[in-house]
Amino acid sequence: MADPTSTPVVPGPREPRLASTTLDPALLAAPPARESGVQRSVRWVREHTLALYSALALVYMFLPVAVVVLFSFNDPAGRQNTRWNEFSLDAWTNICKDPTICRSVGVSVSIALVATIVGTILGTMISFALVRHRFRGRASTNLLIFLPMATPEVVLGSSLLALFLNMYWGNWQMPLGFWTILIAHIMFVISFVVVTVKARLAGLDPRLEQAAMDLYADEKATFRYVTLPLVAPGIMGAALLAFSLSFDDFIITNFNSGSTVTFPMYIWGAAQRGIPPQVNVIASIMFFGALAIVLLAQVLGARRRRVVARGTGSVASGAAGTAPVAAEELARRPS
Amino acid sequence: MQIPASSPAIDVAGVPTPAAPAPGLTRGRAVPYWLLLPGMLWLTVFFVVPLVSLFATSLQSPVSDNPDDGYYFNWDFSNYSEALSRYGEQYVRSFVFAGLATLLALAIAYPLAYFIAFKAGRWKALLLVLVVAPFFASFLIRTYAWRTILADEGFVVDLLNALNLLPQDRVLNTPLAVVTGITYNFLPFMILPLYASLDKIDPRLAEAGADLYAKPLTTFRKVIWPLSMPGVVAGTLLTFIPAAGDYINARLLGSTNDRMIGSVIDSQFIIVRDYPIASALSFLLMATILILVTIYVRRAGTEDLL
Repeated sequence: MADPTSTPVVPGPREPRLASTTLDPALLAAPPARESGVQRSVRWVREHTLALYSALALVYMFLPVAVVVLFSFNDPAGRQNTRWNEFSLDAWTNICKDPTICRSVGVSVSIALVATIVGTILGTMISFALVRHRFRGRASTNLLIFLPMATPEVVLGSSLLALFLNMYWGNWQMPLGFWTILIAHIMFVISFVVVTVKARLAGLDPRLEQAAMDLYADEKATFRYVTLPLVAPGIMGAALLAFSLSFDDFIITNFNSGSTVTFPMYIWGAAQRGIPPQVNVIASIMFFGALAIVLLAQVLGARRRRVVARGTGSVASGAAGTAPVAAEELARRPS
Repeated sequence: MQIPASSPAIDVAGVPTPAAPAPGLTRGRAVPYWLLLPGMLWLTVFFVVPLVSLFATSLQSPVSDNPDDGYYFNWDFSNYSEALSRYGEQYVRSFVFAGLATLLALAIAYPLAYFIAFKAGRWKALLLVLVVAPFFASFLIRTYAWRTILADEGFVVDLLNALNLLPQDRVLNTPLAVVTGITYNFLPFMILPLYASLDKIDPRLAEAGADLYAKPLTTFRKVIWPLSMPGVVAGTLLTFIPAAGDYINARLLGSTNDRMIGSVIDSQFIIVRDYPIASALSFLLMATILILVTIYVRRAGTEDLL
C-alpha cells in the first residue's frame, strides 16, 4: 500500500504552488516568454489531454444513440434500416404502422410497471430490515441479495426455464408467457432496489427521527411524516432503475417468454429481416423521456439538498446514482 | 431541524401523541423477519431453487433420441465433458472477449471518471447524467446501430483503412466488432464505480504528494491509483460478469465464427431442446465466473486494498 507520507522528503526550499487541485505538470510549469503557433497548439493539447480524451469517450458513448435518433428520420431503401436513404417523418407520424410494434411496447410497459411496483415494495421492505434492525441471518440475507447481481443473465434466464420446465403435474405444464416473464423480472429487479434504497436509508441522519419522537410523534407518525418523505427520492430512483431494467431486458425474457412478444423480443425478431424505423422512434422517445426525468430529478435533488442540511450526494439523483452504490456493494464484499 | 419543503406534514408536533414517548424504532423482534419474508421468499423460489433445478437438469439423460420424449435424472456427469468437448471453443472465446472488453473499458473509463471526479467542477452532475443517458435507448437497438457505424462502406472503416490499420479491410462480422460492441454496452458499469471511488479521494492527498516533490505520474501511481482500487475491482467485475454471459453483441455484430457461450446455451435450450447439455454449459459458466471472481477479489484484496 502506498502511503504518501512514506515518500522520502527531499530537503530544500519550497516553492509556492499555484493551482491547488491540479495534477497537470503543464499547468505548473511557467509558460515560456514567447512561443510559435505550433508550440502554442502543442501546449494547448498537452494541457487538455484529459479533457480531450474524456470528450472522445463521450463521443464513443453517444455515437450509437445519435445513429438511432438519426435513422428514425430515415426512409430506408430496402428492409434494413442501416444505410441512409432519404429524410422522412413517416415513422414519427405513423408509429403504429405495424401494430405488432405497439402491441409489444404495451406488453413491455405492463410487465415493467407491475415488476417495478412489486419489486420496489419487496426490495424496500428488505432494505428497511437490513438498515433498521439487528437480526440473525443478516450475512446470508446480504449474500442472497448480492448473488443475482453477480450472476450472468444467461444463467438467470436458463435456470428459471429449467425450473419452469420441471413444473408439471400429469399433463399440466407451467405455461411460458406473460406471468413467467413477470416472475423473472421481479426476481432480478429486487436486488437493485435493495441496494439503492439501502444507500439512501443508511445516509439518513437518525437525529431527524429522534427529533420527531422527542416531539411526541409515535412510530407510525414518525415513519409516515419523517422517514418516508426522506427516503422517497431513493425509492423513486430505485423504481426508475427497476422500470428501465425490466423494460429493456432481453436475455432473461428470451428464455421465459414462450410466444409472448415484448419490445426487445420484437427488435430481436426483426433484426434478421430488417428493423423498421418505428423502432428507432420508440427508442428515441424512451431516451429523451428518461433523460428529461433524470435531469428534472437532478434539478429537484439539488434544490432539496439545499433545504435538507445533510444530503446524500449523487445517490439522491435517481437512477444515475444507483450504479455507484451497487458497485460499492460489490467492492465491499472482499473485506 | 428542517423538514424538506415538499413534505406534506411539517407539523409533526401536531400529530396526536401517545402518552409515553415512543420506545424506539427497533422494537419487536419479529419485525425484521416479516419485512424480509416476501422478498426473500421470492428470491429463494425464483433464484436459488432454479439454480438447483438447473444443476439437476444438467445431470439428466434423454429417454430416447427424440427430445419430445423428455429426460430423466440419473446423475449423468458425462454431460459436462460432452458439453465442453463440443463447445469448448465458444466457452474459451467468451472469456477472452469479455477479458479484452473489460481491459478496453477500463482504459476508456478511467480517464473519463478521473476527469468527472477532479476536473469537471460544476459540470459534474450533468456529465454523470450523460454517462448513464445512452442506457435509456434500448440496448438491442443501440447495438444494432453499431452495424451502421462499422459498416464496410462507413466512415470508421474508411478511416481505419486509410491508416492501414485493418488487416481484413473490414470491421463488421469480425471479433473486433464484437469486442467494440461489448466494451460499449458495459462502459457505464465501469465508469460509475470508478467515479464513485475517485470522488471519495481528497484532492489534498494529491497536493500533499506534489508538495513532497512527487512527479504527477508518481503521485498518480502511489496515491490516486491505490485509493481508487475498490472502484477498479468493482468496475471490472461489473463489466466482466455480464460480458462473459452476453451473446447479443456476438450475434448482431460478429460472424458465425465469433459466437459466444451464451448463444450456445440459448439455442440448445430454446431451439435444439437439449436441456441437459444446455444446463451443464450454463452451470459451468456460472461456476467458472464465481471461481475467477473469487481469485481476482482475493488477489486485489491482499495486494492493493489492504
